[in-house]
Amino acid sequence: MDRQLILNKPFAELLAEMPFAGDFFESQGLEAPTASVKDFIDNLTDTQLEDMGIEPAEFLNNFFTFLEAVGSMTEKTSVISSLTITGGINKKGEDENFELEIKAGEIICIVGPTGSGKSRLLADIEWMAMGDTPTKRRIKINGADPDKSWRFSPEHKPVAQLSQNMNFVMDLTAREFVKIHAESRFVQNPDEKVELIIEKANELAGEKFDGDTPVTSLSGGQSRALMIADTAFLSKSPIVLIDEIENAGIDRKKALDLLVGEEKIVLMSTHDPILALMGDKRLVIKNGGVAKIIETSAKERENLEQLQELDRKLLELRNRVRTGDVLEEI
Amino acid sequence: MRFVTVSGPPSSGKTAVILKTVESLRQRGLKAGVVKFDCLYTDDDKLYEQKGIPVKKGLSGALCPDHYFVSNVSESFEWGKKQGVDILISESAGLCNRCSPHIKEILAVCVIDNLSGINTPKKIGPMLKSADVVVITKGDIVSQAEREVFASRVATVNPTASIMHVNGITGQGAFELSTLFADEKTETDTLDGKSLRFSMPSALCSYCLGEKRIGSKYQMGNVRKMDVDNG
Repeated sequence: MDRQLILNKPFAELLAEMPFAGDFFESQGLEAPTASVKDFIDNLTDTQLEDMGIEPAEFLNNFFTFLEAVGSMTEKTSVISSLTITGGINKKGEDENFELEIKAGEIICIVGPTGSGKSRLLADIEWMAMGDTPTKRRIKINGADPDKSWRFSPEHKPVAQLSQNMNFVMDLTAREFVKIHAESRFVQNPDEKVELIIEKANELAGEKFDGDTPVTSLSGGQSRALMIADTAFLSKSPIVLIDEIENAGIDRKKALDLLVGEEKIVLMSTHDPILALMGDKRLVIKNGGVAKIIETSAKERENLEQLQELDRKLLELRNRVRTGDVLEEI
Repeated sequence: MRFVTVSGPPSSGKTAVILKTVESLRQRGLKAGVVKFDCLYTDDDKLYEQKGIPVKKGLSGALCPDHYFVSNVSESFEWGKKQGVDILISESAGLCNRCSPHIKEILAVCVIDNLSGINTPKKIGPMLKSADVVVITKGDIVSQAEREVFASRVATVNPTASIMHVNGITGQGAFELSTLFADEKTETDTLDGKSLRFSMPSALCSYCLGEKRIGSKYQMGNVRKMDVDNG
């Protein structure tokens, strides 16, 4: 990036090349420059400089860092085809003794009692642990050590975490909300993406909702459906960590298919038998360490069908209760 | 001794983040102390004491808390040295969002929370804009998408900062933050002669000197007027 060139270019021309350049000024509460950025900086009054809250040199450095960061976001991110976890130690200091390679499109479940260390495992992955966390685990991406800078750059983080909490504090409609999210990721054609996400979320939700519904009025299941669709189609992070998809009126199979369909690696902490059996493998956590790795067997998969049949039945009954039916015949 | 300035809007979770981070530092064999600056009242020093963390409290009272901070930071630093701590952390609240507590060559951390609204990063001045590390708290209360939008707004306002999520209640992320504290190995002998990263909010007017009456004729010194007739 030629900084001198950018500094001296009329801002309108710069905007034509990098439409997001204006966002930087907007985000600082500043009017966009009318001439060049250099001209803008040179002509700031003392009061304006004071109100800017940052030294001009630092301001420019931030501006260039921003242009570079967003510029690299709009480029295609590198493909993650595998994630490798190398075991460390458990809370008693015993070796975990495992190495697990997870390929794109695979679902791994993490099971274990509350407080056993499931969240720490998810945190190790999110942090791209390099033997420098209390568990001493190591994470590799495509067989190599990950770039340490990923830890601190939200836009390049290869990991998205879907937490249990689905509350919203923003007072927006579902459509506006997803749009803001899309814009914050500098997605091309945000409107198209927004419609796709609302449509897919409705396929997951037991109860349909309109894009004009305020997010704060969505039910637990609807917000979860919206966030899953949002993660599948908006988040560029190829690794998704899920802290329990509760049984709150959403089609869990479709939800997982949606995520895996986008060639993501899914790690999910769960106690739900259906979700556990949908996984390719499950890691059993005990005393802060991975105690066992279970591969979902053919027999288990057969049972999965039965479980799903039960689940469908329950979902159907749920809908009947909702519509005011009497459940004498089930 | 190493020094870190931690600041952020009131109730953003600074104390909780520091408590958890100090615990992680301890596991690494590093002893930390805290200087807590507040305005009228704080009980947080007791929380630090309970954890066996050396703590010094300073209340600014009627003075601008930011000016009070910078007037006392050097002496606090000397106090920290006497405590024999490896890392001294100053905690100060940014009460008007124009605060500027960060010092050149000293690790600067800003704590800001997800609940404060997505336009908040835009509203905070030097405290956020010139920080090296921005810690975002209360992420467990909002959805993933909202967290991402918030972090992205922070990254736009301060693109050079390392942005981290820390949960002050469970401590998730505190270990990771302690890595940044531990990796910053710059030892400082004295703060005397060092410089703030940006000037502090300025006012030198009749009201600073105790004037209570309202009206132009009572206003002297550094006074700025709104343009109410135009626009």
